Amino acid sequence: MSKSKLTALVLSSAMLFSGCAVKGEETIYIGALAPMTGVSSAYGSACASGIRLAVNEINENGGILGKQLVVDIQDEKGGIEESINAYNKLVGNGADIIIGDVMSKPCLAITELAIEDGTLVITPAATAEGITENGGNIFRVCFTDDIQGKIMARYTADDLDAEKVAVMYNISDDYSEGIFSSFCAELEKLGIIPDSIFGYGNDDKDFRVQLSKIIAKSPDVIFVPDYYPNAALIVSQARELGYSGKILGADGWDGILSAVSEKNMDILDDCRYSAHYSPDDENPVVAHFVKRYEKEYGKTPTSLAALGYDTVYIIKAAIEKANSTDKNKVAEAMHEIEAICVTGNISFDENGNPIKEVSVISLSGGEPSLDTKKESL
Amino acid sequence: MMSQFFHHLILGIQSGGIYALVALGYTMVYGIIRLINFAHGDFVMIGAYISIAVIPFLSATGVPLWFCLLISLPLCAFLGAVVERLAYKPLRRSPKLSALITAIAVSILLKNLAALFFGSAPLPFPNTLDLPPINLAGISVSAVTWVTVTVSVAVMAALEIFIRKSRTGLAMRAVSENPDAAVLMGINSDRTIRSTFVIGAALASIASFFYCSSYALAEPYMGTMLGLKAFIAAVLGGTGSITGAMLGGILIGIVESFTKAYISSQLSDAVVFVILILVLLIKPSGIMGKMQREKV
Repeated sequence: MSKSKLTALVLSSAMLFSGCAVKGEETIYIGALAPMTGVSSAYGSACASGIRLAVNEINENGGILGKQLVVDIQDEKGGIEESINAYNKLVGNGADIIIGDVMSKPCLAITELAIEDGTLVITPAATAEGITENGGNIFRVCFTDDIQGKIMARYTADDLDAEKVAVMYNISDDYSEGIFSSFCAELEKLGIIPDSIFGYGNDDKDFRVQLSKIIAKSPDVIFVPDYYPNAALIVSQARELGYSGKILGADGWDGILSAVSEKNMDILDDCRYSAHYSPDDENPVVAHFVKRYEKEYGKTPTSLAALGYDTVYIIKAAIEKANSTDKNKVAEAMHEIEAICVTGNISFDENGNPIKEVSVISLSGGEPSLDTKKESL
Repeated sequence: MMSQFFHHLILGIQSGGIYALVALGYTMVYGIIRLINFAHGDFVMIGAYISIAVIPFLSATGVPLWFCLLISLPLCAFLGAVVERLAYKPLRRSPKLSALITAIAVSILLKNLAALFFGSAPLPFPNTLDLPPINLAGISVSAVTWVTVTVSVAVMAALEIFIRKSRTGLAMRAVSENPDAAVLMGINSDRTIRSTFVIGAALASIASFFYCSSYALAEPYMGTMLGLKAFIAAVLGGTGSITGAMLGGILIGIVESFTKAYISSQLSDAVVFVILILVLLIKPSGIMGKMQREKV
């Protein structure tokens, strides 16, 4: 058989199988969008693992309203165009409910389509502002960047009793800038004005100059709302310059342990960051999830896995509340449920944003542990 | 106030020393075959990954961790020779543009190979310099800083002596002056060009060691921005001039540091690139470069 014929055969059989999961009478067909390949694949595949675990559990226990749940996870490769294509394919296959997207930018793109066709969209992890406000059929399970900033400001002022605060943030990143501005606004309400504020660019690796100026003012707390690679560099350079105080971050710090070598883990002592959940939380729902996940995949679930898992259970709760799989009825029911989830007890406000607790994780000797849970605002 | 100023100066020289080591590789290759080797920044990245790969073995045998440099240096030098042989030598007689495009292709290839073997998530680089900080005029200078400054200055001095005194150095200067005449004088120009790549890549591996000791993360794309800044340093110093590359690198480091300290922490990259534009507009030959007219 010639090479091109073989390729054609493989491709067509792949298409045949991917088209298998279509809406049936005795099943509930749900679509999901996640980046399974590409730079964001770590987030996408963790989220997908959480989704699959929840689906298996629900189906083992008899499904939803007696029907088996089928979740069709499409790889959107982290791209906006691919997300739109995948969304259209899922809706074309008959999905009325879509889990996704995991990342904020593709999520914004698909919500525009969802507002038109009324599909119920529930994103596990898109934290950017302005996603759920677009329409009554858009919800999210994660807390927003705005909430994180506020919570960390309160934590700084109330729990740490800090007076002198310094902030470093990434000016070329919406995520970092968003948390930075809500943090500062809330801190000001609590009567604290940061002593020093420094911005830096995406490609900066050297923060010593800014840090030496910050440290000269001996702050109680340095707040670094950025993703973990930059945060790891900032923490290690601050320690190198002799700062031994507290350094705080946000949920982008999830994964920071992988960016610090084992010998140097002590630089992370006295670091705290806001997170969706903490694996060592003694809450039985969390303990059950962590145990099942570790058994299934052999590793500790990340926040993204927990959010993916929760999203499926929220859909289950909403369908059962509505006693129907009609997307409009389920969307209405979303506002009435209070789901007991891994990432907190979740109910939704009028904008489709969750009302739930925020965990604060503290690091010590390279081990994360739950420091406290802050009530949502 | 004064001690702060002094501290910022030292921090600037530290990052400048790293830029200078990388800039040397650009400038030497440019000096000899008029090629801007865009893959040079990626040699630094490969050097970092080699170190990360061998460090677990070193720590298992109890050897000091900085020995990783003794392994990454020859391997990087070998990589330099291989890249030259496979990608650039066949294009020696082709238009300059072909070699330039090949350089970009090699750069992309190396990045993707690293991403394939090591993943695209950043990997931590262990602390390899277990030395105490020193006290300089009342400020504590960390081990990374003073070792980087001392070693990069020493390496550059050694290179300068090598180019001036050794036979290979003489051959390099001859080939760079006039390749055809050099061949007539009995110089093996292919071997000379190869040794230029080998030295450049070896310097890149030294730079990678200090870069990673300073910014303890390695990722496939780390060579891009570092390479660009080193390239600017080479242009500022005068492309083709070795002293110029050292000066240019250290100047760029100091400018960055002072911009962050006294103008705005957000503008340091912008200022560096403005310098590139100004140099190209006002003195394209750079600080140490000779003005050369293209002969028709």
